[in-house]
Amino acid sequence: MTEAYIYDAIRTPRGKKKKGSLNEITALALASQQLQAIRDRNELDTSLVDDVIMGCVTPIGEEGANIARTAVIEAGYAETTAGYQINRFCASGLEAVNVAAAKVMCGEADMAIGGGVESMSRVPMGSDGGAMGVDPSISFDHMIVPQGIGADMIATIYGFSRDDVDAYAVESQKRSAQSWKEGRFAKSVVPVKDQLGLMILDHDEHMRPGTDMQSLGGLNSAFKGLSDFVGFENVAIQKYPEVEAINFVHTGGNSSGIVDGAAAVLVGSKEAGIRTGLKPRARIRAMASIGSEPTIMLTGPVAVTEKVLKKAGMSIEDIDLFELNEAFASVVLRHMQAFNIDHAKMNVCGGAIAMGHPLGATGAMVLGTVLDELERTGKSTALVTLCVGGGMGTATIIERV
Amino acid sequence: MKHFTLEIDKDGIALITFDSPNVTMNLLSTEALQEISEWTDEIASNAAITGAVITGQPNAFCAGADLSGLGAIFSEVEKLDRNERAAFLYKELFQINEIFRKLETCGKPVAAAINGLALGGGFEITLACHYRIASNDNPKLKLGLPEAMVGVLPGGGGTQRMPRLIGAMNAFDLMLQGKMINVEKAHTLGLLHDTCPAAELIEKAKAWVKANPEAKQPWDQDKYRIPGGGPYHPAGYQTFGAASPMLRKNTYGNYPAQRYILASVYEGLQVDIDAGLRIECRYFTKLMMRPESRNMIRSIFLSKQSLDKGEARPAGQSKGTIDKIAVIGAGFMGAGVAYVSAMSGIDVAIIDVDQAAADKGKEFTATEVAKRVGWGKMTQEKADSILNRITATTDYGVMGDVDLVVEAVFESRELKAKITKMAEEVLPKTAIFGSNTSTLPITGLAEASQRPENFIGIHFFSPVHKMMLVELIVGEKTSDYAISRALDFVTRIKKTPIVVSDTRGFYANRCVMRYIEQGMGLLSEGVKPALIENAARMAGMPVGPLSLQDEVAIDLGYKILKQTEEDLGADAIKGPTAPIIRSMIENHDRKGRKNSKGFYDYQPDGSKRLWPGLSEFAPKSGLAEPQVSPAYIKDRLLVAMALEAARCMEEGIVQDPREADVGSILGWGFAPYTGGVLSYIDTMGAAVFVARADELAAETGSAYLVPELLRDMAKNGETFYGRFGTAKAA
Repeated sequence: MTEAYIYDAIRTPRGKKKKGSLNEITALALASQQLQAIRDRNELDTSLVDDVIMGCVTPIGEEGANIARTAVIEAGYAETTAGYQINRFCASGLEAVNVAAAKVMCGEADMAIGGGVESMSRVPMGSDGGAMGVDPSISFDHMIVPQGIGADMIATIYGFSRDDVDAYAVESQKRSAQSWKEGRFAKSVVPVKDQLGLMILDHDEHMRPGTDMQSLGGLNSAFKGLSDFVGFENVAIQKYPEVEAINFVHTGGNSSGIVDGAAAVLVGSKEAGIRTGLKPRARIRAMASIGSEPTIMLTGPVAVTEKVLKKAGMSIEDIDLFELNEAFASVVLRHMQAFNIDHAKMNVCGGAIAMGHPLGATGAMVLGTVLDELERTGKSTALVTLCVGGGMGTATIIERV
Repeated sequence: MKHFTLEIDKDGIALITFDSPNVTMNLLSTEALQEISEWTDEIASNAAITGAVITGQPNAFCAGADLSGLGAIFSEVEKLDRNERAAFLYKELFQINEIFRKLETCGKPVAAAINGLALGGGFEITLACHYRIASNDNPKLKLGLPEAMVGVLPGGGGTQRMPRLIGAMNAFDLMLQGKMINVEKAHTLGLLHDTCPAAELIEKAKAWVKANPEAKQPWDQDKYRIPGGGPYHPAGYQTFGAASPMLRKNTYGNYPAQRYILASVYEGLQVDIDAGLRIECRYFTKLMMRPESRNMIRSIFLSKQSLDKGEARPAGQSKGTIDKIAVIGAGFMGAGVAYVSAMSGIDVAIIDVDQAAADKGKEFTATEVAKRVGWGKMTQEKADSILNRITATTDYGVMGDVDLVVEAVFESRELKAKITKMAEEVLPKTAIFGSNTSTLPITGLAEASQRPENFIGIHFFSPVHKMMLVELIVGEKTSDYAISRALDFVTRIKKTPIVVSDTRGFYANRCVMRYIEQGMGLLSEGVKPALIENAARMAGMPVGPLSLQDEVAIDLGYKILKQTEEDLGADAIKGPTAPIIRSMIENHDRKGRKNSKGFYDYQPDGSKRLWPGLSEFAPKSGLAEPQVSPAYIKDRLLVAMALEAARCMEEGIVQDPREADVGSILGWGFAPYTGGVLSYIDTMGAAVFVARADELAAETGSAYLVPELLRDMAKNGETFYGRFGTAKAA
């Protein structure tokens, strides 16, 4: 089978939801600017790009009707470059890269772009409807509850206190701020520009570097109110009857931020690199997705990590750096607990609690982040994974070449 | 036509009156439905008719479908091959939708003049009319779709028309809880177009018909929009998103009627009314093929109704009235009995050793009626008249003319004997002496009586004003007359009586003991307390066994334990309960809710959390690993109770399966979706039940020993209703 290599990985800075800088930029512009940037900085002949796969979790309104193909056209790519949008909820961006890699591996494509886009300030999360939350044959029969309830259930079952999750959040803010200060993201962040070509945003604006335990401690539970009103806690307990009551530890401060952003990762075969004169930065060593229990919803990363390691023939010790999307602090804490992973190897540049989680794009963003970090520190292997709505996990192992 | 009359007036408006012969309440029977079809055709085809007004006999429009008629359909279905049943049932059940749809599309205006109770199918027919007006001077007039309360869904288009009229959120509120509402509320919600005094009803309805020759249902008009939006409208999405978890929280997925109502509305609002009616009927059919509906209709509706009428009355005894009673002992139970009696128009003397205690007993009624006045549910005059019916006194002399006495003093044989003697000195010879004991055998207590034939157990459940069941305990010498008079009393106070024989714990408490005992057993086997409690609620019980033990008080259990030890010796005490109860009282002073410390810790804000110290009762080796499944706990709890009920049947403590079933639901909340403790066995089948009990006996011991009766039934393929059933049991 053909090997798939990563040639480039870029992302936009992330704009916050309320009065954010990217709110006035269309989702299409975010996506097409990324495609243009990856073309321009690699002097890429886009007729060599067979396909563009973009993750997008709320594909309605301006994000509807196949935003990937829409962006390909708008970015001025060769007419022959195809495009399509996928939705694996929060792992969509990583899944898009995996699909691009798979196309290369099986020979369908020589070069493809995987990425994602989500303008959460313009197309609100959940506005695409879906049967999962409202059709009783799924929501009632299968005890589907919002993700936050699952995150709090993880904290309850695996014993993470409010202090534990807050302490994790403080560290995320600290690492994110430190990484920006040291310019660790300089290689991959492409500022977003307006119609006039003037810079609109060049940094992640959701961060709160001054965050400490005290400021986080004052925040109210993000999910208890809704749960009390609708009964989600009781529903989740019907799936986990050993639990007497959920410990509602998650707040806006220790959960991922709601932001706008896009990302793109250029993947191709070795020959495609030779043909375009590009140098591969890393090899995609293994990929996997898995389904997990849908009520708690967010335990997929543990299961998919085991699966992808097995596929790669590697053990947890063989991984130099881990990147697990900080959807909620408890998800990361559980992962470190399950595999006994040192926090010094996990999310070393911070994550979505500080910088935000533009749903469809995040997977591709964090893949780029960890690749930059491997190069910066001279390390070799990284495992990237995300928890996924509906009870899933997606993971990728990369290795520098 | 037998059930309807049709008169055409000078304007060509047909007045159709629902007036079934020889009934106090019109019911929507198969026959009545056929006549609706006939007069609908008449309206549509007779050129002399310009429109129609539908009304009912005074004060009774239609109380709903004839539920006993559903039983007939069930019997038909059972004769069919399994794979033909769905098609047959769907066709049968869809007839009502065809007829109602025909009515609302007959091309002429049809108005409903609702002059009495319109419930279930009786309300659904009005929803298929173009206009609804109800009389506003009959406070007893209620409207609604209460089907879910007996395990049925509104299958006459109710799940489609109601949300299309008032939106899914309001319709869920009414249908899922089976709420029956008054005319004013129905008007505010938009279920009624207008209200007026009964005398003007027909006239107003006719005026509307005359003024609206082109009437069409809202959902048959082009510009129609669902109020509040369908499931994928932004507002509707919120409603539907909240509906599933809210319902699951309350039902634990045990009640398919509600689940199917939800689905009918969800799917039905995404299509036109004709498709919606087909969807509703599919869910109705699916529901009718499950055991829950039949069991719930039988126990919660039909059997309860029979028992409420005093059907347990011994042959040869006639119905009488109870107008004056005395309650001796003004504690919580006595005060409750006085209250429910006074509320039902009975004069009550409440007697205690000192005046202050008696007054306190009466005060309970004062507080309760004041609450009702505060809610606007009762006038001050009415409250005063109820309170005036109660005399609080220390004087036994007031009992000279009472019909019945309820003795509700502390559970002491000596005290009860003394009171019996004192009371009988003044009581008329015909008066019944009822002891509200929950533990002491009646035959023994009756020994203190000069007239043991008039002595009976009247076992109320706590709190008296909320618990609907009363066990009448028949001692060795209790006469049929005493039973009959006690039934007169219980039916007058609108509670459901069951007649049981004299035994320790009688019927209900005997079964409940098994529940608590298994809770303790699971605890001592290392099952996590939260899992025990949650699994019990998931099995359909109102509270978990540990919680229940806290409510009945742990020190009470301790006292009984000590008494048993004294009476029968320490060797007589077996099982997991004793060491736990002993330790809770002797080592930890944990008495239950009464001292805010029991299996739970009770917080001042009313919340409670399981006491972490319960880990003491797990085996030395620690918690069970892995933990058992909720399904296993369900079996442990329900099978233990059902076996005890079967033993009660075997021993003749209870003789009528209806009493056993209704008693189990009303007395201790036995998983109502099962239709009660014997229906639970019948539905599973005696053979399957016995096999499961045998497995549990092999694993855990004597609590699951199967009585011979059940083995016999298993061998013969019998059911309780088949073997013991009365002719009237559905």
